[in-house]
Amino acid sequence: MTGNHQTLALILFSAFIAVTLAITTWVSRNRHGSAEEFYAGGRLFSPMENGFAIAGDYMSAASFLGVTGLIALFGYDGLLYVVGFLVAWLVVLFLVAELVRNCGRFTLADVVAARMSERPVRIAAGTSSVTVSVLYLVAQMVGAGSLVALLLGGTSPAARAWTVIGVGALMVIYVSLGGMRATTWIQIVKAVLLLAGTIVLTVLVLLRFHGDFDRLLLTAAGRSGHGDAFLTPGLKYGGDWTARFDFISLGLALVLGTAGLPHILSRFYTVPTARAARRSALWSIGLIGGFYLMTIVLGLGAAAIVGPEAIRGSNAAGNTAVPLLALDVGGGANSTGGTILFAVVAAVAFATILAVVAGITLASSASVAHDLYASLRRGHAKPRSEVAVARVASVGIGVVAIALGLLARDLNVAFLVGLAFAVAASANLPALLYSLFWRGFTTRGAVWAVYGGLIPALVLVVLSPVVSGSPESLFPGVDFQYFPLQNPGLVSIPMGFLAGWLGTVTSGEVPDEAKHAETEVRSLTGAGAA
Amino acid sequence: MRYEDPWYDALASGWGESDGPGGQVPVPGPGIAPARREGGDEAVVDVYLEVQRSAAFREVRSTYRRFVVPGVVVFLSWYVGYVVAATTAPGLMARPVAGAVNVAMLAGLGQFLTTFLFAWAYARHARLRRDRAALELRWDTQELTRGAQGGVA
Repeated sequence: MTGNHQTLALILFSAFIAVTLAITTWVSRNRHGSAEEFYAGGRLFSPMENGFAIAGDYMSAASFLGVTGLIALFGYDGLLYVVGFLVAWLVVLFLVAELVRNCGRFTLADVVAARMSERPVRIAAGTSSVTVSVLYLVAQMVGAGSLVALLLGGTSPAARAWTVIGVGALMVIYVSLGGMRATTWIQIVKAVLLLAGTIVLTVLVLLRFHGDFDRLLLTAAGRSGHGDAFLTPGLKYGGDWTARFDFISLGLALVLGTAGLPHILSRFYTVPTARAARRSALWSIGLIGGFYLMTIVLGLGAAAIVGPEAIRGSNAAGNTAVPLLALDVGGGANSTGGTILFAVVAAVAFATILAVVAGITLASSASVAHDLYASLRRGHAKPRSEVAVARVASVGIGVVAIALGLLARDLNVAFLVGLAFAVAASANLPALLYSLFWRGFTTRGAVWAVYGGLIPALVLVVLSPVVSGSPESLFPGVDFQYFPLQNPGLVSIPMGFLAGWLGTVTSGEVPDEAKHAETEVRSLTGAGAA
Repeated sequence: MRYEDPWYDALASGWGESDGPGGQVPVPGPGIAPARREGGDEAVVDVYLEVQRSAAFREVRSTYRRFVVPGVVVFLSWYVGYVVAATTAPGLMARPVAGAVNVAMLAGLGQFLTTFLFAWAYARHARLRRDRAALELRWDTQELTRGAQGGVA
């Protein structure tokens, strides 16, 4: 890589940081630091604004860098990710968006705890929300590390570490100063930049093939060295039954996980009504669907134009396929066009990571302050001090995410996100759906549903080949692998639902009819919504 | 966007204003419900039970469920079927359709298409069949809770 790339990308990226910091300062002027303001941005965003912000939150480095890399390396099997990521939005739209907007105030735990004995449920739901957020954050941090390694030419560990630390520090500034209002505007700016960058690249790739999608497919398949197998399922997840079950497990986790992601759920609280929540989900489905269709073209384009050897040579997991593609379609490594496009794409990817990280940090600090802190110190925390706790929590979460991000730096970003989705689907979704739709659901059921999904999911990941027992593991030297699948969803999601059911039928508690009536009436009509 | 929403203004002005009869915040916050301790307790609880049993509410609920339950069943089966077919029937998925495009590629793009269609159908159904009745229930319920609290205080 030449110095030009670096300088230009750094200038563009600095411009993004300057703009977003300006936004943060601008929106946080004259704010009183109320909880409503900090967690939900005053609840007055329009559906379109929120739709863009949701898309910004969802189109993470995992999609832009990780999924395109998987498509470039494994062809059709990478495509499963984008299908799962998109279909998941139907679950959100049909079952969750409006009802959650009507029932809750700031967090997922608000909805689950409304009908129950509040404290244990809030602690359980808060814990699982923070866990999911941290896993998701790690994926973003790894993405940042891969990008900078590419940008600076070598794999200097110090440079990677400093990038990850820098990203962490910036996000803490955004979140603790600007709260939800600043975070939302940063997401919107980032979504527009990312979509624009993706459109330009897609058009350039299609122009290279004279608009002939068929030829793109054939060239990608030919260049990949796998021939027709590249365009059919099974390259990554074919072969033995372990790999096939892994594929099914991942598919389940992707489609059910989105509806349990805390930073996505909290976005619905930034609009005034359930109807606005529905319309923001529609906007985001349109934007996200369009984006994923383009990532398919980009992934195939990277396979066809850059070639798998070059992609693997730069980053074994494929995380740098898109920047390499940009360099090539812009005109090549030593041309002005290539340099500019590469720098733009790298800066957009950085912006993506930064914005997503800010969104997740905000959601998890809300869980820490609003759910965990407020419940653990007994008595009701004053909203003001709760916000102060949330600001401090964002620093703590930043530190944890940085540390784990440095540890997990060689895993594929999309794959890491798959794990976060599995945990979200196992721990958060069963409790959420049961409390919205099951009349007889009890406090014990809610607590069991959360822990009964969370603990198996985490334990199975620890016992999986991701952590030990194979050369690509986090700890290749040791072997405590007892669970064959990389993604725990296939086992842990049913366990979450089962534990919730079991906890409910075995508890002596009589479900509170009146509270159920309240939840049901509120969720469907919006009466008394915050 | 905001101003095209016909209900936007109506809702923004109707909630959160503390001009209820008792001078209290009229609507209890979900989950925390500060107004509950003021003695309007029983009455407010009864309001929700009463609304839940009303024909109007049951109509809204069944309209919602009649669309959502079959919808979820259909799109989840179609998705799971797609994933399972991709893993267990690679031969079928590899069958060429036109040029380099095979069954797998068509099925994947089909998932995109059906997702857009389902989303559109859901929004249309909610807008035409559910929104108006739900909004009326919302006002009625809030009037009743306000009355219940005011009556006791």
